[in-house]
Amino acid sequence: MRTQFSPWALALVAGVSLAANAVEARDTIQIAGSSTVLPFASVVAEEFSHAYAQYKTPVVGSGGTGGGLRQFCQGVGTNTLDIANASRAIKDAEVAACQQAGVKEILEVQIGYDGIVFASRTDGRPFALTPEHIFTAAAAEIMVDGKQVKNPYTHWSQIDKKLPDQSIMLIVPASNHGTREVFEERVLAPGCAAALPLDAMSKETQDEVCKSLRNDGRVVEVAGDYSETLVRLQVQPEAVGVFGLGFYEQNRDRLQLATVDGVTASAATISSGEYPVSRPLFIYVKGEHLGAIKGLKEYVEYFLSEDVSGAGSPLEDIGLIPLPSDERERVLQRFTQRQAVTAQSSTLK
Amino acid sequence: MESHTLSTQDVLHERMAKKLKQRHRRERLFKFAGLLATCLGLAFVAFLFISILSRGIPAFWQSTISIPVYIDPELVAVEAPPEREPQESQAAFKARQDAWRNGLMRVSWNAVLAAAVADLYPQEDFAVRDVLALFTSAERHRLRDLVAQDPSVIGSTLTLNFLAHANVDVWLRGNISRDLPDAQQQLPPKVRALADRMAADGYIQQRFSKALFLNTDSRSSAASAGLSGAFMGSLFMMLIVLLLAVPVGVASAIYLEEFAPENTWTNVVEVNINNLAAVPSIVFGLLGAALLIGWFKLPLSAPLVGGLVLSLMALPTVIIATRSALQAVPSSVRDAALGIGASKVQMVFHHVLPLALPGVLTGAILAVAQSLGETAPLLLIGMNAFVANVPSTPMDQATALPVQIFLWQGNELRNFFEARTAAAIVVLLAMMLGLNLFAVWLRKRLEKRW
Repeated sequence: MRTQFSPWALALVAGVSLAANAVEARDTIQIAGSSTVLPFASVVAEEFSHAYAQYKTPVVGSGGTGGGLRQFCQGVGTNTLDIANASRAIKDAEVAACQQAGVKEILEVQIGYDGIVFASRTDGRPFALTPEHIFTAAAAEIMVDGKQVKNPYTHWSQIDKKLPDQSIMLIVPASNHGTREVFEERVLAPGCAAALPLDAMSKETQDEVCKSLRNDGRVVEVAGDYSETLVRLQVQPEAVGVFGLGFYEQNRDRLQLATVDGVTASAATISSGEYPVSRPLFIYVKGEHLGAIKGLKEYVEYFLSEDVSGAGSPLEDIGLIPLPSDERERVLQRFTQRQAVTAQSSTLK
Repeated sequence: MESHTLSTQDVLHERMAKKLKQRHRRERLFKFAGLLATCLGLAFVAFLFISILSRGIPAFWQSTISIPVYIDPELVAVEAPPEREPQESQAAFKARQDAWRNGLMRVSWNAVLAAAVADLYPQEDFAVRDVLALFTSAERHRLRDLVAQDPSVIGSTLTLNFLAHANVDVWLRGNISRDLPDAQQQLPPKVRALADRMAADGYIQQRFSKALFLNTDSRSSAASAGLSGAFMGSLFMMLIVLLLAVPVGVASAIYLEEFAPENTWTNVVEVNINNLAAVPSIVFGLLGAALLIGWFKLPLSAPLVGGLVLSLMALPTVIIATRSALQAVPSSVRDAALGIGASKVQMVFHHVLPLALPGVLTGAILAVAQSLGETAPLLLIGMNAFVANVPSTPMDQATALPVQIFLWQGNELRNFFEARTAAAIVVLLAMMLGLNLFAVWLRKRLEKRW
């Protein structure tokens, strides 16, 4: 009977030696970050491996912009990320964290724009929103008759007679998403400025009142991806959700867009700047890895090529708003000249 | 006088009869409640299976375009593939081969596909964009690979099967309402009309989806997304669990049960093992992320890390199952072995363990099955990444089957991936069921009576 158990011992040895061999060179580009950028980055990853027989398909993880940049800034080495996808520009604090961990050469590559849209179910009435409407519906405290009070509104029609008479239920991305920041900067901030007399307040109070959302259950923060928001819309017919334009375009049968300031989001209105709620999308490349990881430079250059992310490209089909050609040229140039991000130079400052 | 006693007896009888009736009623009530609970449980299971199978089974078939394709030498103008020169090194030859293959990418395979559809309806004039919308984007790469493999097909006509675009599949299978206005449809009207026409003419058929089993995940070409990468990832992890958790678990169970002295120390160990079995799996994921990736610098998204984390999780299950199997062996077997002069090790390995083997193996298989279905800890070690390669070693990046289900469930192409997700669930359930049946079979086969 004893012989029957010796293979197990052998297997154990094999397992342990396997673990010991763990740290070795990597031939697959490792990417993680924003779930908004993920569909674009994954499509590029696949097409990249089709176009270059010698490289494997890069691996694209999610985790949100913040999570991705945190992983990215863990250091230099084969078990760290090569690229962080981000739906907002890197923050000074993140640059500092990166540099402390030895990541000195952060290369910022803008890949295009994304529109943030408000959408509700197709069987409800359409919404025509303004930032002020949204702020008034979502804020924790608002101004009524010159007094700051806890948000009393329960129905959209109480905010504006023209809005549908349905109860307020707003589904917004949680703070792990880059989308949240855009929501705060491009929707809540102008809405706040329109609804409240901000001049009388200090900068800190402004920030406080403009960004605090009500917590009586009428604003729901979603930490997952847009499909989670969609599921909530299916369960709560009255809800209005925040989505990326790309997500809406692939689910047009289930969602209807709300206009913002009278403008319907589309690739055209976003790239012209007419539609107010849009943001640039980035990938951050670790300069230290450029020589060490095979195909990293080629991947980024491939990403920036007209055929891949320009007008009429597959990325445009799934909702990316492409950069104008000359802008793309400049981004590519900055990348090839390896102009790294320093604490102040990030584009959105 | 007599009548009086009788009446007391009557009263007694009556009371007893009443009591008996009450007891019977209670019994009936309890039995009924038990039956109701069982039926309710069965109904839930039936509902689960019916809802998953009814959505998942149809997704094993998928719209496939089956048309003759003329590989036009004018469109596919490629030079002969490189041949190895006598002094050329392997690496240099590989580079030239790659360059040749990359060159093939520049051929307009889309034009070849568009021409193939145009040939079907020579009297019509389709826009190329509309025709190409029928095909999922990976099919042009497949055409390229076909030619790369055998350049002699240039100039001939082949009848090929192409997967239709995910939105075409959704349209033809009625997963999107046909009554919706154009603005809410995913496909332009011309593409929908062409798809309907080709389906009516038999050029687009529902065929069994080999892609679901043979391909890796795909985002650029949703219709060709498959489970092979996730399956290999899961397989590697299950192997690691088998190789690590089972021997370690069985060995520690044998030690604790047969050799360890009974004292405070072993009691503490025992309590802790039982507690470990109750630790939520996400905690093991956090541990794996901090320790294995942060400290030991193991790679992200690797089945090796996943396997180690799952091994930790499966360990208490294996230990507990093995211990109860050892406890079930009657002590007379031990006494007899020791009585005829066997050493303790001989007693365990020659007599006790063989008798406990069915229980041990069942425990091991159930632990493996449990780790096959585990998702939460894998999300924390980066196994929820998009991976389009099949892992060839446990060090390569991969996903796992349950994680793939999670990822597909979150895919933005809801209409297509809802069915695909259900199909993946069916595959995972079938594997689980297979493993559990294997455990039952093993137990039946090896079971000894004493």
